[in-house]
Amino acid sequence: MRWSIRACGRGARPVVHLNRNILLGGTLSLLFLGLAALSFFWTPFDVTRLDIPDKLQPPGGDHLLGTDHFGRDILSMIMMGARTSIAVAVLAVGIGIAVGVPLGLLAAARRGTLLDEVIMRGNDLVFAFPSLVIAILITAVFGASAVNAIIAIGIFNIPVFARLARGAALPIWERDFILAARVFGKSRLRISYEHILPNITNLMIVQGTIQFSLGILAEAALSYIGLGAQPPTASWGRMLADAQTLTAIAPHVALVPGLAIVLMVLGLNLLGDGLRDWLDPRIRVQRV
Amino acid sequence: MIRYLAKRLLSLTLSLIAASLVIFAVIEVIPGDPAAFMLGLNARPEAVEALRDQMGLNDPLFLRYLSWVGGLLTGDFGTSWTYKTPVAELVSDRIWVSLPLAVYALILSTLVAFPAGILAAARRGGLGDVSIMGATQLGVAIPNFWFAMILVLVFAINLRWFPSGGFPGWDDPLAALKSLTLPAIALALPQAAILARVMRSSLLDMLSEDFIRTARAKGLSRRQALWRHAVRNALIPVLTIIGLQFAFLLAGGIIIEQVFFLPGLGRLIFQSISARDLIVVESVVMLLVFTVIVVNFTVDLAYALVDPRLRSRG
Amino acid sequence: MTHFSKLLGASVLALSAGMATAQTDITVAIQLEPPNLDPTGGAAQAIDSVLYTNVFEGLTRFMADGSVVPGLAESWDISEDGLTYTFHLREGVTFHDGTTMDAEDVKFSLDRARAEDSTNAQKGLFTDIAEVTVIDPQTVEVKLAQQNGNFLFNMAWGDAVIVAPESIDTIASNPVGTGAFAFADWVQGDRIELTRNPDYWGTAPALDSATFRFISDPTAAFAAVMAEDVDAFVGFPAPENLPQFEADPRFQVLIGNTEGETILSINNKQEPFDNPQVREAIAHAIDRDALIDGAMFGYGTPIGTHFAPHNPDYVDLLDNSPYDPDRARALLAEAGYGDGFSTTLKLPPPSYARRGGEIIAAQLRDIGIDAEISNLEWAQWIEEVFTNKDFDLSIVSHTEPMDIGVYANPDYYFQYDNPDFQDLMDTLNATTDPATRSDLLAQAQTMIAKDYVNGYLFQLSVPTVAKAGLTGLWVDQPTAAVDLTGVAWSE
Repeated sequence: MRWSIRACGRGARPVVHLNRNILLGGTLSLLFLGLAALSFFWTPFDVTRLDIPDKLQPPGGDHLLGTDHFGRDILSMIMMGARTSIAVAVLAVGIGIAVGVPLGLLAAARRGTLLDEVIMRGNDLVFAFPSLVIAILITAVFGASAVNAIIAIGIFNIPVFARLARGAALPIWERDFILAARVFGKSRLRISYEHILPNITNLMIVQGTIQFSLGILAEAALSYIGLGAQPPTASWGRMLADAQTLTAIAPHVALVPGLAIVLMVLGLNLLGDGLRDWLDPRIRVQRV
Repeated sequence: MIRYLAKRLLSLTLSLIAASLVIFAVIEVIPGDPAAFMLGLNARPEAVEALRDQMGLNDPLFLRYLSWVGGLLTGDFGTSWTYKTPVAELVSDRIWVSLPLAVYALILSTLVAFPAGILAAARRGGLGDVSIMGATQLGVAIPNFWFAMILVLVFAINLRWFPSGGFPGWDDPLAALKSLTLPAIALALPQAAILARVMRSSLLDMLSEDFIRTARAKGLSRRQALWRHAVRNALIPVLTIIGLQFAFLLAGGIIIEQVFFLPGLGRLIFQSISARDLIVVESVVMLLVFTVIVVNFTVDLAYALVDPRLRSRG
Repeated sequence: MTHFSKLLGASVLALSAGMATAQTDITVAIQLEPPNLDPTGGAAQAIDSVLYTNVFEGLTRFMADGSVVPGLAESWDISEDGLTYTFHLREGVTFHDGTTMDAEDVKFSLDRARAEDSTNAQKGLFTDIAEVTVIDPQTVEVKLAQQNGNFLFNMAWGDAVIVAPESIDTIASNPVGTGAFAFADWVQGDRIELTRNPDYWGTAPALDSATFRFISDPTAAFAAVMAEDVDAFVGFPAPENLPQFEADPRFQVLIGNTEGETILSINNKQEPFDNPQVREAIAHAIDRDALIDGAMFGYGTPIGTHFAPHNPDYVDLLDNSPYDPDRARALLAEAGYGDGFSTTLKLPPPSYARRGGEIIAAQLRDIGIDAEISNLEWAQWIEEVFTNKDFDLSIVSHTEPMDIGVYANPDYYFQYDNPDFQDLMDTLNATTDPATRSDLLAQAQTMIAKDYVNGYLFQLSVPTVAKAGLTGLWVDQPTAAVDLTGVAWSE
């Protein structure tokens, strides 16, 4: 769950694979986004109603993916859980971008100053904390809830985006058109906003996709240890926690939510890789 | 170089002070009175008060902070409230589970990732590359606790090749290794996937460097160039990742230690948080943060030695 | 299980039966690790689970059926006025460090427990003691300030065991008692080891050594038993797995009673729960059968009041609060909450509370009450719910034996304040005639049921899963204990 490592895995991927990644990843991601969206209007069964005599039904029959230990429909739970996972991950990434990118741009604009140093050392500091431990601490202090899970995950997204934004912004500051803008008397902040930001957007989108998938995994881990969204809100991690002791009696209860997590994360990662190759001009430059 | 070193040392110290303040602040606001918790439901208020006094919970905040940091500096980590033993002793017991587990997982992931990464780079675009890269995609997408659940079901309950959890101690090294195997595999899977990808891309970067082109122009085949020159040079970024992963594994096994009920550092933190044994939480988290900060510092320093250009970095 | 492993299991059994000596060690798992090893200084039940009767003994002791029998006191005399107890101690009892156990140790232990600065978690057990006097090394006299029909029962508790002044400083990490087993080693986070005490005063136990392991995670518990990593699991945390063990010839499953009345605690001083009609509505909203089936997979006995069904004085009051959602809705409407209301449900960690809470929340939602679940760690629960009474609803099992008396304390966390009940309890405490006591207890049970103080859910049962050849384990849990003195492997 070290959210930065994934970003180092940038590979030079053959051009022929580009569309396939975007296609496959996009399909998987859209599938879950669609399920989550659909759950606002319709689910096969009401997930807040318990039907205990109907518990642990195998897949097939009335319940396409079976029922859980309270007799709830697993497909409906997966749909509602997708909503929770996506909401938590998107908002956590949102925090990372909203705070991290301006910090990174600021650091780049004031390169070499004390401000830059403070921001970058602050980033190192956050990176130095074992993320899961801090997430557990945060939820232990403020109580377990989806909102606190978002904050806990979001905090660790801030340095990822700050570092990336600074790193991407620095070379742009050396370019001629920035020099031109400075000659015209534009302030550093205005240049950051008007010229630097548009040039690093693609990179942020790619990183955002990757962080999104890490957010899904982190949300699953937190709710697995009981620190994410609270019942009756469905969440994949808690479905897994509830299912743990049932693996030997009713394997589907543990397999279905696990597979949902794997497919969603896989989809987002493929999409991120595909988008990176497609959007990021630096990779293309490197290949020339 | 000396100026650079002094600057980095100063920032290292400031980081550690900031970290200690953050940890202390966060932990002090955790709700739940540890004294009331330890005495349970029928405790008389005066007994709770007596215990609070004994534990020093009634002292002013800054005094408690100073005595904690002062203790850390002199190697005195305090005494666990629940276990009533020195924290240093608890940590030194547990580190002999967490440290070997992290090393074991790292070895496993390296053993898998190196050949996989090299093979993928050598067969770039081929069937081997595509399937290895597909496998790594899957590897990073599988939640490790779920993978651990499946491992237990298959290898401990059904096949009974490995124990389902627990740790017998190092008196019997073979049994100890056996009980760390499933947890190490569960931890190693995503790390191996990441490492294989880094290995591959770093090799591919190397292959486009001038000295490889020169080597190939001299008549070496692509594979010969890869083996003779690229692998060695590609190791630098790979080793960085391994360093980072190691620090992560040391602390990040928290859930895996929970699944396999291993008496390691992660589980110690988790238990201490639920028992409100704040002195243990403070000290162990500080220790982990210290480790990461020092590892980062060392890596930075090593880079600066290798590549003087980095010293001017902001 | 495959046929092959069944065959293998059978042949292993046959093999061990053929050997001359039976197994003499045991690995017992319990859910929680003791935080320290001082039963007289900590509240954690796990301390007693490991040490009670095994390492430490009191003047009296509990047996598996809950009866109180002589322990370190061989016999006792009670004065006419019921205020003076003279205990005659057993001869030749030594602590594990070799020192003798005599009247001085008894006086030390009791005085220490009731002292001003004592951190004994059950100080209430000792409040009636006025003076402890050493008559001679084998005789100790305890004077009470007032009559206490429960005194011998109180002295059987794990918090009242006899400790030695010589070893008291290190008791938390190196407990020295008089029991059949001596403490050997504690690997924190993993296990505690005990070895047989060769100088034990009583019948020597069949086991040479015992290892306690601590597995709180239900999955890990299942895996550990299935993989035969442990010989017995007392208080198995996952009832859903019990049918599998029952069907497996390698294991036996014992379902025991506990003193744990599991209730939906209601804050009686908090609006709208100060209205009896609202509490009655909640009582009718609860479907106990679904709850026991869903949360406990069928293991548990429904209760209609705060009293253990296996107690001879128990009154069946289930008909007072049958599951009837229509009536519940009507009652809510009468009380002026026709549109329902929102409230909170604070849950401690055990699965009966977490799972039960989800089911109760769904059942309350059915009659229009929207209960928001909030999961708490024990420390938070004790502070917020128990100490500060900052809660609406909670679910908890009250595991102390015979604890209906807490309803007479208006400051107790659910804040039931009924002078009639308080008078009733005063009468009960001053009464010694068994028939009258029984009648008063029945009145007390009925009163709290009719007042719908709390939602009465079920009596918690304690499942023990053990290997097939193990005998002598306690089935019921009259107190927290894993008494190994009578445990043996059958041939």
